[in-house]
Amino acid sequence: MADYDVKDLKRVGFMKQKEKDLFSIRLRVVGGYVSADQLPKLAEISRKYGRGYIHLTTRQGIEIPFIHFNDFEKVRGELAEVGLSIGACGPRVRTVTACQGEICSHGLIAAQELALMVDGRFFGYDGLPHKFKIGITGCPNACIKPTENDLGIMGVVEKEFIEERCTYCGLCVDVCPVGAITIEGDKLSYDHDRCVKCGDCIFVCPMDAWVKKRAGCRIYVGGKMGKFPHLGHEAFDFVEGEDPVLRIIERTLEFYRERGEKGERFGDTIDRLGLDVYVEAVK
Amino acid sequence: MSEVAVDAKLDLKGEVCPYNFVKTKLKLEELEAGQVLEVILDEGEPVRNVPRSVKEEGHEIIKVEKVNGAFRLLIRKAAI
Repeated sequence: MADYDVKDLKRVGFMKQKEKDLFSIRLRVVGGYVSADQLPKLAEISRKYGRGYIHLTTRQGIEIPFIHFNDFEKVRGELAEVGLSIGACGPRVRTVTACQGEICSHGLIAAQELALMVDGRFFGYDGLPHKFKIGITGCPNACIKPTENDLGIMGVVEKEFIEERCTYCGLCVDVCPVGAITIEGDKLSYDHDRCVKCGDCIFVCPMDAWVKKRAGCRIYVGGKMGKFPHLGHEAFDFVEGEDPVLRIIERTLEFYRERGEKGERFGDTIDRLGLDVYVEAVK
Repeated sequence: MSEVAVDAKLDLKGEVCPYNFVKTKLKLEELEAGQVLEVILDEGEPVRNVPRSVKEEGHEIIKVEKVNGAFRLLIRKAAI
């Protein structure tokens, strides 16, 4: 019998394959960021200990398949040489995903920086009823799919209209995805309740009549895919600043740890207890 | 109000992103700083992307008008 505890190995991202004594090693790749220095090392490790390839996961991660358990410590050591470490499996907070954030022409928040911060603080958070996935997307285009995560963060922007700059050209009317802006002659009206805070009007306006007031985060909870897909609920419409976001995540994890039932995904906990009960508990 | 003189024109109707922006950019490169380029863009995706990219490159959009379901933009080339 091999001298390893499969459950213990799973905790740190070693996934048993069907093949005897072979594992697929999951790496902790935050926000899909892999440096040029890390790439050759991955090629080298996969050739030396695996079968010469890596697998890209749906959550921006990297797995190296066909690693023999006798090589675990060597692989771990070689990964560490280039600043890479092992990811997580099982009932705990997984590696945080993120889009490219501010460098994208639609990006409203620094998603990569926030991902490093959130991952640094909560990766591996233990004692949960089930797995817990966090995704950070820079704008309402939602490329990172925040509503498919147990907790999803979306960059949003609040804006201001400076009437004297407006030439009523109608560009913002055309780009607004929800028809929140209308122009009749020299009169622009704006439906605040309908606005999704994507900032497209700000980006497109040639006269800077729409200006950014402040950027923040919208927070979704309870999303998941798998056998029983379930989109997340919008829990907080606008949270400004990193500390309040981190505080909400911390309280959410505490809430899930205390109120979730064993084996229950967070979305089911919320559906069982009610979104309002959750929001009241963490706000 | 008299309109500014247009130095070059580009009809980008039917042109998809990002080629419409690339063509706009290439055309602007042929112009001198301060000269004005007229661009015709389809509504929807093109008008969502091209004006913002033009702005990001520092050029000035001096006029926008809707003409027969398309947008006509006047862009003044930035002094670099």
